[in-house]
Amino acid sequence: MIDMLRNPLAIRASVKARTRWEKFFIFLGLFSIAIALLTLVLLVGDLLLRGAPILNWKFFTSPPSGDPAEAGILTAWVGSLLVILVTIVVAVPLGVAAGIYLEEYAPKNWLLDFIEINITNLAGVPSIIYGLLALGFFVYILKWGESILTAGCTLALLILPVIIVATREAIRAIPQGIREGAYAVGATRWQTIADHILPYSMGGILTGVIVGVSRALGETAPLVTIGALTFITFLPDAPLKGEFPYVSFKWLWSPFTVLPIQMFNWVSRPQEEFQVNAAAAGIVLLVLTLGVNAMAIYLRYRFRKSIKW
Amino acid sequence: MADQPLAPRIELPIPAKARQKRIWVERIIGSLLFVAAFSSVAITTVIIYILFSETAVFFEKVIEIHHESLVAALAEFLTTTEWSPLIEPVTIGVWALLSATITTCVIASLVAIPFGTIGAIYLSEFAPAKVREILKPILELLAAVPTVVYGYFALLFVTPLLQKIILAVQKWYEPGKEPWEYYELPGFNMLGAGIVVGLMVIPYVMSMAEDALQAIPSHLREGSYAMGATRLQTALRVLLPAATSGLIAAYILGLARAVGETMIVAVAAGLQPKFTFNPLEGAATTTAFIVSASLGDLPHGSLEYQSIFAAGIMLFFVTFLMNVAGYFISRRYREVY
Repeated sequence: MIDMLRNPLAIRASVKARTRWEKFFIFLGLFSIAIALLTLVLLVGDLLLRGAPILNWKFFTSPPSGDPAEAGILTAWVGSLLVILVTIVVAVPLGVAAGIYLEEYAPKNWLLDFIEINITNLAGVPSIIYGLLALGFFVYILKWGESILTAGCTLALLILPVIIVATREAIRAIPQGIREGAYAVGATRWQTIADHILPYSMGGILTGVIVGVSRALGETAPLVTIGALTFITFLPDAPLKGEFPYVSFKWLWSPFTVLPIQMFNWVSRPQEEFQVNAAAAGIVLLVLTLGVNAMAIYLRYRFRKSIKW
Repeated sequence: MADQPLAPRIELPIPAKARQKRIWVERIIGSLLFVAAFSSVAITTVIIYILFSETAVFFEKVIEIHHESLVAALAEFLTTTEWSPLIEPVTIGVWALLSATITTCVIASLVAIPFGTIGAIYLSEFAPAKVREILKPILELLAAVPTVVYGYFALLFVTPLLQKIILAVQKWYEPGKEPWEYYELPGFNMLGAGIVVGLMVIPYVMSMAEDALQAIPSHLREGSYAMGATRLQTALRVLLPAATSGLIAAYILGLARAVGETMIVAVAAGLQPKFTFNPLEGAATTTAFIVSASLGDLPHGSLEYQSIFAAGIMLFFVTFLMNVAGYFISRRYREVY
């Protein structure tokens, strides 16, 4: 080693060799990332090549059918919309409230640790387990049946950890001085939260909600388990009515299908014609989930830039 | 004049009654928020309760059918390799499902761990800040692709591609045979499904591994550079060992996702329970079995109905142990520095 250090030529050779390895590694690193990106490109490309030709107005406005040329995704996207609506109504208040408690109220003790480990664990529970939970609990113990309400609540439980974690991170980013300022003028803890903490952390919370919604939109397994895979050619009862009392909640109890399940149904059919339909449904699904996700990424980027405490 | 107080009495801004009300409102809101936070614990409890109670009924019924003890039924469950709770004669060897789960998982980790680690090192140590800013959101997008779309990709893109590659390799080694003499990869196989599960897991592993590398304090890097090491030497000999526990946590959590992955394997690996570790065959994983059984519109209370909970409880405990291990390992590496 010492000998080598005395010899400038040897050092130069060593540097050269090591630089070559480094270049090789940079190539490997770019290659690994390229694999991931190539997957996305191939995936989107394959779907577009196969499915784009049949993506027209009729595809969106026809119910599924035994004839692949007639089949559309009307019931699927309406179902997805209604299920997501229930998911948001259930998951957002619950998740945000839990996040607020854990950041602003919870005393640092074993209970907080326990809840924290629980949430981390729930985030890692496979989605199909939520399906089993829903089947055993919502469908048979609460007797909600295989309805939109069951599906919405199942997905709400699934995305709850995402919203809780996002809320906590958004709240944690608010400097302590804001809270102290509010307390100093006599605000209670809840007043501080409602008037300052929540409005300021809205950006982060919104990002989390959007990410959660995009996940719920694409989720299939738990809904298969609760029995959503039905050939549905009718729409649920309309939530808005022409006559008094104008709103109706009968749709909550309606059977349903959603986009990912419609796609799964088509993929698993042996006839090749249905695979074209699957590709077209896949495009719609990708546009929805990736679009919603891109929105979240943009929002996070903007909020990070605009807020200077 | 003299007995007048020096200053006028200060009126509290809020009358006592209103203050009392405020205190009560605070308490109620506080407890509502606590209930919301505690709901996560309630969810876990309900999951465990449902899984356990239905599995208990499952074993009761199996004991009734086979006229054997609980120990014998559990032994059959955990040590035999035939799984057909849906057709007579009823057999409940869970290894038929676990073998496929393990096989797809191993293939997935062979894809996700090398690419994920190398990509993470590149992003953390080599990539210019601008490149990283662009690449990270794109990787996040990759993690957002619905798994049923990945399933489609595995069945209709990756498997046909693999079929062509395998055929070409055989023709290269043994040219001149009749077309039907060459081996053909079946349409449902664990290789294609496993590869796509691996591709799906890459972004998770990459981002967690990158976090682990970023958590290493920079004086370790600076020390290494000061000794004349290149970035690559620093990464491989200083940062990787320092981040070992974080990387292991990333791998475990990534693998837990592969174990729990459902739609890719249900679409592309087949739905037939079969004891095999051969990736060129099709077989049902634990998750795929649950999906295929659910597709048949399970009558409540039947043995079929309970069998998916018995399969589910295995899955829950395997992923639970992995998640807890990952959580504690990653927690430890954060405390080291």
